[in-house]
Amino acid sequence: MAGSPYARGARDAAFAAFVAFVIALPMVGMRTVDRNLRLTLDFRLVEVASIVVLVFAGRFAMRLVGEGLARLVLPAAIAVVVGGWFADFATQTLKVVAVGGGLVVAATAILAIVKGARSARPVAPSAGPGLAARFAAGFQRSTVLVGIVGVAFAFALPLLPFADRRVLDVATTLLTYIMLGWGLNIVVGLAGLLDLGYVAFYAVGAYAFALLAMSLGLGFWEALPLAAVAGAVSGILLGFPVLRLRGDYFAIVTLGFGEIIRVILLTWVPVTGGPSGIGNIPRPDFFGMAEFVRRPVEGQVAFHQMFGLEFDVLHRLIFLYYLILVLALVVNVVTLRLRKLPLGRAWEALREDDIACTSLGIDRTNVKLAAFAIAATFGAIAGSFFATRQGFISPESFSFIESAIILAIVVLGGMGSQTGVVVATLVVIGLPEVFRDLAEYRMIAFGLGMVLIMLWRPSGLLAHREPTVRLHPAGGPPAETPAAGTAR
Amino acid sequence: MEYFLQQLVNGLTLGAVYGLVAIGYTMVYGIIGMINFAHGEIYMVGAFMSVIFFLLLGMFGLQWVPLQLLFVLFLAMAFTAAYGWTIERIAYRPLRSAPRLAPLISAIGMSILLQNAVQLLQGARPKPLPPIIQGKITLMTRADGFTVSISYLQIIIIVVTVALMAGFTLMIQRTALGRAQRACQQDRKMAELLGVDVDRTISLTFVIGASLAAVAGLMVVLYYGVIDFFIGFVAGIKAFTAAVLGGIGSLPGAMLGGLIIGIIEAMWAGYFKSELGEVAVFSILVLVLIFRPSGLLGRPEIEKV
Amino acid sequence: MSGGARTPLLTVEHLSMRFGGLVAVDDVGFTAYDREITAVIGPNGAGKTTLFNCLTGFYKPTAGRLALARGGGTFLLERMPAHLIARRAGVARTFQNIRLFAGMSVLENLIVAQHNRLQAASGWSIKGMFGLPSYRAAEREALEKAKAWLERIRLTRRADEPAGDLPYGDQRRLEIARAMCTDPVLLCLDEPAAGLNPRESSELAELLQDIRDSARIGVLLIEHDMSVVMRISDHVVVLDYGRKIADGPPDAVRDDPAVIKAYLGEDDEDELPPEVAADLGVGTAEGRP
Repeated sequence: MAGSPYARGARDAAFAAFVAFVIALPMVGMRTVDRNLRLTLDFRLVEVASIVVLVFAGRFAMRLVGEGLARLVLPAAIAVVVGGWFADFATQTLKVVAVGGGLVVAATAILAIVKGARSARPVAPSAGPGLAARFAAGFQRSTVLVGIVGVAFAFALPLLPFADRRVLDVATTLLTYIMLGWGLNIVVGLAGLLDLGYVAFYAVGAYAFALLAMSLGLGFWEALPLAAVAGAVSGILLGFPVLRLRGDYFAIVTLGFGEIIRVILLTWVPVTGGPSGIGNIPRPDFFGMAEFVRRPVEGQVAFHQMFGLEFDVLHRLIFLYYLILVLALVVNVVTLRLRKLPLGRAWEALREDDIACTSLGIDRTNVKLAAFAIAATFGAIAGSFFATRQGFISPESFSFIESAIILAIVVLGGMGSQTGVVVATLVVIGLPEVFRDLAEYRMIAFGLGMVLIMLWRPSGLLAHREPTVRLHPAGGPPAETPAAGTAR
Repeated sequence: MEYFLQQLVNGLTLGAVYGLVAIGYTMVYGIIGMINFAHGEIYMVGAFMSVIFFLLLGMFGLQWVPLQLLFVLFLAMAFTAAYGWTIERIAYRPLRSAPRLAPLISAIGMSILLQNAVQLLQGARPKPLPPIIQGKITLMTRADGFTVSISYLQIIIIVVTVALMAGFTLMIQRTALGRAQRACQQDRKMAELLGVDVDRTISLTFVIGASLAAVAGLMVVLYYGVIDFFIGFVAGIKAFTAAVLGGIGSLPGAMLGGLIIGIIEAMWAGYFKSELGEVAVFSILVLVLIFRPSGLLGRPEIEKV
Repeated sequence: MSGGARTPLLTVEHLSMRFGGLVAVDDVGFTAYDREITAVIGPNGAGKTTLFNCLTGFYKPTAGRLALARGGGTFLLERMPAHLIARRAGVARTFQNIRLFAGMSVLENLIVAQHNRLQAASGWSIKGMFGLPSYRAAEREALEKAKAWLERIRLTRRADEPAGDLPYGDQRRLEIARAMCTDPVLLCLDEPAAGLNPRESSELAELLQDIRDSARIGVLLIEHDMSVVMRISDHVVVLDYGRKIADGPPDAVRDDPAVIKAYLGEDDEDELPPEVAADLGVGTAEGRP
């Protein structure tokens, strides 16, 4: 294309602004509102105009950075950030977009300037993987250390001074998702099967637990293993017919199963209570010895009496927290161990090339079924925990969006990476929890975040894979490498 | 018998709508092999566009129904198409050579984003619209007074759908765009080497899919008279089921699948519990995929070794 | 070449495979012998890969019998699912477009190939989970076998790298080693020399002869590189348009008029361009073992 960089950038930005105008004009500019029992339109054309201006400016700036004019863009972007901070906007959202967009542009400009300065230096060809990739690889290599520190921190958390009710609640939620992520990681990350209905097993576990505990009067520790078995059985039953299907068909059928289970829970009122769910699910007790209540039933002791403590509601929360922490760690250890066993290697081989697997005498169906059943068991255990923690379950908690969130955690973390699941959970669940006050923007940010992370790192945040068995110690083969050492 | 006929008419109408959405899934899957998860939301956006433009035209005092319909149809298609184009450009194109799951996750993210953005911007309450087309033709009357009828609206829905369907099939078969599309479907790299503008072809596929979804959205607004921000998800899954049932990649298949799904749903609602209609649809999907994975009109695929 | 009596290993009788109206393999029959290299050659589209896919269970043949003799018994391959053909009957294969587990390390590729034995030893992962001695011993054995093959294909140094990062020729050899790690009685190779340079082809030929002689198994080979075929095969089967047109020792097949016609078309036999003649080995002494 001809013309100066400014003209090219402007043309490009004008097009982007035009598209933004088309997108925003009806959706943002014309709001449907009820007035006097009739639907009518509210016009917000100022917002549309601001969007168009912001998109134009942003695109123009990015193009200029691309043309090597980062030094010019940087001050302007900073000016926008500062100006946006103090200026009045039609809505708060626009302000966030302006300031955030300005920051992104500024960051890109700085990166471009730094990179430009580095490549200008005579030697130092900055080839090789990008910064983020190298960080991910390094992070994963030190995974043992990170893991130990992380687990130690997790165990110490309830004892730390800032661990109040809210912190424990959020931490427990995070651990539930981490456990679900680790469970699904077996199917999606290791075996490469795109399961869009994992929440089905979460639901099976929760309902099996609730029904067993309520109707048979079983305690937490009796009902939990039975619910796990129910999960495994449902995994095998659902898995058997669908595991022969190819990738995307498999995905859509698992999605269908997830929805079928939810609809059954909704409509089978006599058993599941329908939309109103099941309440008064028994809380876990202290290994069958004591309950977490202020005044125990005649003839029993309560937890605080047993240990001679003041009664505190936090005791139960702390117990729940440790419970899910231990359950999640068990899942993690089992998975890490399985990965180094023939079954786990077969999963990964299946993900890489299932036809080659068959040619080596591996029974695809069995291997997949094992992945499905094990993941379903873990999902069901997490579901039981969810039921006992909440004390109340209803089909609403098991909608597709839950499956999508868990899947997002696995894929964003980097397929098959256990640490990736933790990092992704902190990003996907943790950040929105922290910004709980912005409730209505949460899901938007969540969706946008999923798109952006995929665009930024399509194979996930921590995509580095460590072999399950090594011939040479980590850090490369012995010194005899002829090619690598020779500098030019 | 009469009751059956009535449900059949209702099912055909519903099926036409599903078919229109299914075409979007089938075309995109055919050309880039991904499930465009956000397509259901595009249909939802299309429905909102229709409501907005009906209200807008009402404000300008345009009262003559045929002209009103024509304007809304055109505007909703055009504006919704922009959504289809943008989503492909932003969320899918950069991921074309990425690992298989990346575009799917991106699509799920887009779907969540769209759903919640519309909820935030337009509100979570259902949007009712007064009926625009009324009146019906009574086809037969039973002794006890039960009548089988087809409303003008149902006729319009079926006619518009069939006309669009025929038009697009012709386009895929006869025009250069259709040829490019089929070429990309067969072998994208080779098509590119032979001078097909692959980016443009894929963009146009999304634009066409989105405008057809907008038509479906308009039909639903007319038919049910009320929409909300959540309609995209279930309709999307049903339409995808329809596409798979008909044989993914096949346009007539998508339409046929849509009709079958619509009829099953109407029959189920007519004779059994209506909430379990979804279960019926999914059960059929599962059965079809297990016993005839290539769908009704799709070509059987041999595992390439 | 092979001393003593020949033992039939695989007997193919009246094998046919149809795809709709297309007959890819049409009433083909031949025998592959134990401890011999049998080459299946023929122009593109002759049905060679389809034959392989029938043999290894990826396609169900429309008609015919595929009988494999192993340990005194006979396996009818046309009735077995693909993974059991590999597991029970002991037929291993490679693919025309290499199918390694690209993201897994070279060593892991060789260990996955020993899945069935290891899986049994791991007691459905339960013994393995707790690291019982019996499983550890099996794992050590598997590792030793993998190491031996790494030495043999000279990839020990790159054992921990992802298989997908290897150069093309190394990938070909790794795929053969991986197939051999399943302890087959019949090794089926689909164009193993495709894309190799002359030096690599020659190394490959040595590897195959070595496998035949030391592992004492049968090798079935689809190949276009005639220098390789003529040099190492004990027996050549020629297909054209899905039918068998010749069958016999390399020398006899090379001079068969039907074969020359299939490769070069009618009436051309007198005016072979010299390089084609050399490729085919017609009328030249080179390329013979």
